[in-house]
Amino acid sequence: MSKIFPKSANALPLQLIIFLGVLGGVAAAGITYYATPAYLRVGYQPVQPVPFDHSLHAGQLGIDCRYCHASVEKSATSSVPAAQTCMNCHSIIKSASPLLEVVRQSYATGEPVPWVKIHKNPDYVYFNHSVHVNRGVSCVECHGKVNEMPTVHQDQSHSMSWCLDCHRNPAARIREPKDVYNLDSARLADQGPEGLKQAQKYIHDWKVMPPQSCSGCHR
Amino acid sequence: MRFAYYTLAFVVVLLLSVMGYRGMISTRPPIEMFPDMDHQAKYKPQAESKFFADGRADRPLPAGTVPFGRDALRADPAFLKADDFHYDGKLPDGTFGRGFPAGLAITGAFIERGQGRYQIYCAPCHGALGDGNGITKSYGMLTTPTYHDDRLRGMAEGEIFNTITHGKNTMLSYADKLSPDDRWAVVAYVRALQRAAHGTIQDVPAELQGGLK
Repeated sequence: MSKIFPKSANALPLQLIIFLGVLGGVAAAGITYYATPAYLRVGYQPVQPVPFDHSLHAGQLGIDCRYCHASVEKSATSSVPAAQTCMNCHSIIKSASPLLEVVRQSYATGEPVPWVKIHKNPDYVYFNHSVHVNRGVSCVECHGKVNEMPTVHQDQSHSMSWCLDCHRNPAARIREPKDVYNLDSARLADQGPEGLKQAQKYIHDWKVMPPQSCSGCHR
Repeated sequence: MRFAYYTLAFVVVLLLSVMGYRGMISTRPPIEMFPDMDHQAKYKPQAESKFFADGRADRPLPAGTVPFGRDALRADPAFLKADDFHYDGKLPDGTFGRGFPAGLAITGAFIERGQGRYQIYCAPCHGALGDGNGITKSYGMLTTPTYHDDRLRGMAEGEIFNTITHGKNTMLSYADKLSPDDRWAVVAYVRALQRAAHGTIQDVPAELQGGLK
């Protein structure tokens, strides 16, 4: 009787199992890399109705973040400024620029400027800006170096594991209160052992206990 | 079997070249992998509403609205802002008052609060020293006055408060950014700047004079 299968076929089941293992590994690596916010959200840079340049206003001119985002210290939301905030200067400076037509319209009619929101948390996440910035967490930790961005994009993933990285070890990321709005400042922990000691002192004195339970951020 | 690995390698290369890498700039809205309950039927601050004609979920206050609630029940002095001088800078006869409201203690911490607020909201035009040479001057904001002439040094505190609240000439209102108490803190810091600009060596405490020339 002639052989139906060649002898090499004896190894086939094992080879198939190995191949499926490799395939599964590649698929898992691909999903981890591509199907998470670090890939899906980071780098989102929508086209805005007004080409507002943060690197000019916050970087070159040195205007404080809070000049426009005025509610960040006292409210859960860091407010997007009303058109009047732009007009404080632009009623005089570049008052005829066509790029600012949308802002002038908004100021005249009261209709909002249709800014495109970049950093979107799911509706079951309750993030509070004020509690973070008043306890040494700088804007730059979550939003990146906005003072160097001509057009703002999302810089950090804002995934839950990313939140927990800091909630589990806040001393490594906080700054001096005076440095919170200085996006070029260094974290206390990066300023040598003295800095780290100061950070741990703040964590203790301010009674910083970042929640790691579900209900800390989800309701 | 070899061809299966070749195919897999080809698919991986294909995927990498189509999908790219993390952090790539894109103008397209992010894809949501698991959108369960991400978008709930509720409004968030400054969000869009399809219900109201102007598209805003935040509703403007109707004219004449007064606050009502816990603060009123506790007889908060800020309720209804009854003290004209504290909340308008004006005396009962309608003129601008001098000095500071009785409810505010002018302490070092209060002036430092004013300094912080001043540096955020005022310094871009008025300059860190109050000389009117803020960063905006070099971009065409030419009319910002200095605080250090006699007119502004002699101006009543209430009038400075009123200017922050309602703006004046090319300056618009800062009432949305500075609470009434913060405005008074800024007034106190403006007074400190004016005093510093006209200071003499005698204003420096004796023990610190040695380092000055």
